[in-house]
Amino acid sequence: MFDLVQTYLNLKIAASDSICSALSPISPELFVNACPRFFDGFFVTIELLLLSSVLGFLIALAVVLARVSPNRFLSIPAHAYIYVFRGTPLLVQLWVLYYGLGSMGAEGLGPLWPFFKEGWWVGLLTLTLNTAAYVAEILRGGIENLPHGQVEAAQACGMTWSQRMRRIIFPQAIRIAWPAYGNEVILLMKASALVSTITVMDLMGQTRTIFSRSYDLSIFLYGAILYLVLAGLLTLGLRLVEARMAIPSFTQAKSSRQP
Amino acid sequence: MLKKLLTVALVATIAAATAGAAQAQTMQIRIATEGAYPPFNMKNAAGDLVGFDIDIANALCAEMKAECTMVAQDWDGIIPGLVANKYDAIIASMSITPERQQSVGFTEPYYSNYLHVMAKKGSGLSGADDLSGKSVGAERSTVASQWAEDNLGRTADVKLYDTQTAAYSDLDAGRIDAMVSDIYPAYDWLQSHDGFEFIGDNIDIDDKIGIAIRKNDTELRDAFNAALKTIRDNGTYAEINAKYFPFDIY
Amino acid sequence: MNNESVFSLLAFGDTGWGDDLLAGAWITIQLAAVSLVCGLALGLLLAGGRLSPWRPLNWLTNTYIVFIRGTPEFLVLLLVFFGLDLVVHKIASSFGVQSYFEVPKFTAAVAGLSLIFSAYASEVFRGAYLAVPTGQIEAATATGMSPMQVFRRVRLPQMWRFALPGLANLWMVLLKDTSLAAVIALDELLRQAKVASEATLQPLVFYVSAGVIYLVLTAISDLARHRLELGARRGFAR
Repeated sequence: MFDLVQTYLNLKIAASDSICSALSPISPELFVNACPRFFDGFFVTIELLLLSSVLGFLIALAVVLARVSPNRFLSIPAHAYIYVFRGTPLLVQLWVLYYGLGSMGAEGLGPLWPFFKEGWWVGLLTLTLNTAAYVAEILRGGIENLPHGQVEAAQACGMTWSQRMRRIIFPQAIRIAWPAYGNEVILLMKASALVSTITVMDLMGQTRTIFSRSYDLSIFLYGAILYLVLAGLLTLGLRLVEARMAIPSFTQAKSSRQP
Repeated sequence: MLKKLLTVALVATIAAATAGAAQAQTMQIRIATEGAYPPFNMKNAAGDLVGFDIDIANALCAEMKAECTMVAQDWDGIIPGLVANKYDAIIASMSITPERQQSVGFTEPYYSNYLHVMAKKGSGLSGADDLSGKSVGAERSTVASQWAEDNLGRTADVKLYDTQTAAYSDLDAGRIDAMVSDIYPAYDWLQSHDGFEFIGDNIDIDDKIGIAIRKNDTELRDAFNAALKTIRDNGTYAEINAKYFPFDIY
Repeated sequence: MNNESVFSLLAFGDTGWGDDLLAGAWITIQLAAVSLVCGLALGLLLAGGRLSPWRPLNWLTNTYIVFIRGTPEFLVLLLVFFGLDLVVHKIASSFGVQSYFEVPKFTAAVAGLSLIFSAYASEVFRGAYLAVPTGQIEAATATGMSPMQVFRRVRLPQMWRFALPGLANLWMVLLKDTSLAAVIALDELLRQAKVASEATLQPLVFYVSAGVIYLVLTAISDLARHRLELGARRGFAR
């Protein structure tokens, strides 16, 4: 495990070094000097994004199952969770969890303190909880858009609730929801810039710190370009997954409905 | 008699004219401060800006017979705002640095600053040399944060905050082990926080605090400098100083 | 902490911060409303650019939309906040004017937020434009309407219905994005909560209070959206 982490760290440094030296002949001096810092932040943003989108997706699965469940003790809390996280700004959520809960300190938070102590962990937690609410809503859309006849047919075949979910509903819902999910991942990437307000040195944090030393506006443009590169990579990755998941007859049936 | 009357009338007209001219010339100065850097500049519950910087600004404006308006501006944008004419001067405990002098001009210093490290009492930390492996906070884009990044960045975990008060709250909460800060606001904060203390010695960074103005605005700079000299000489400065610190900070 | 102290923290007047939070909420509403109007106007122009047969205009609007969609709102807002003043200053001094014109924080925030809003709104408008069934357009053309008449009589009245759900969604996003203006020290709701929590050392109370006010604002918007959608669907059997 430790080896894996060390290899990853080395890989990161090597990647940042080689990209920066490759870019240096064609970049303005201001960028060349700040390049390692930009890439430091670039990787922090990627790490936060990958972890929060994967964890958020898993939580969203649980939340959406509770949300569509006929049991009110499950569906009402799930609804409330989605409503609160989608109804308030992410920046407020970040500050409630970081400065609000953090003000309780080691005495108030006990064993949770080492976790809440670090901006990075609080950032990861907030991004995860936030995106889970949005993804749950997207998945619910996918589930509720399925023709009801299919569910009835599955019931008639004698499938249990979990069998229906696993075999009929979920495989289709995820394919219907995938484009919207891809959108959400890009939005999450952009939203992750807000963790720079709770001391995390992500791409935005580095960009702002570099800017605060030189007051040169082009620093923001370099930061923006790196975000755009990341958005491009993500879009590509999401399309690859979509293509891999595609079932010819299913996508055909879907597209035939379009004018 | 007629002659005398005429003179009186003439004098009156001249007086009225000069008074009018003086009124038209009353300097209008917009001054920016941060409002989050006690005891130098901060906001009270009524929303008013108060503090040492504000008192100095008011004393200078009174001396210059200028009409001043104070605005609060976050630290990150305070220099770009001056350059872009959002306001005419910054009285916000700003250090005079060569980097800043490339974009703005400064008056003579109105006080001097050292950095100092603060930590919890009984932390066992002995000073700035003793911080490797610790997490150390500072406010982004201040002399303190640049010093921390340049001197501690390799060995310690330096965390940067958008405002000084945000860094205090994390020191208070125990999120960071130590904090590098300008000495005066730290002194003020320690007055109300028994559990914390200064560790080590003053970090002398040859740091003079001045009023920032636009580079070409020499008229305003000279006016500030003259007024500053007057309030130093007539005791107004000492009075304001004593209101905040038991020692001379000039 | 007991309940009494929460009430006194949120009280109105010079000692409590309740009135400051509400004043901030009012600025939040103004900021969102003005940005909505500017963003809708700009979004229509951009949609026109995307649908225009002229390639360079197409390319330009597409680039802009890709830039906004891939860059954090926070970064766009800071870029506009710091950049707008320089732009105004440069334009003024190129005309030889030593400008003392300042771009107020509110204006900078409106500019940033409506630039972001317009990029997404243009997509919604474009989608609504294309969602009008081609059969109707053909029928209208066959009855001898000019393209302008087709647009005014057939497309525009229906676009509203198609665009409404998307725009309502964007309004919610905009309302929440106004909170970013706290970082440029515009005294909106979140900034007021920040000032209050740093002065009283009670961040939990004030940030949660701000969150509740935002929740009320989005809930009201949700109700309004529901009524508008019912109105827009009037006469359309489903």
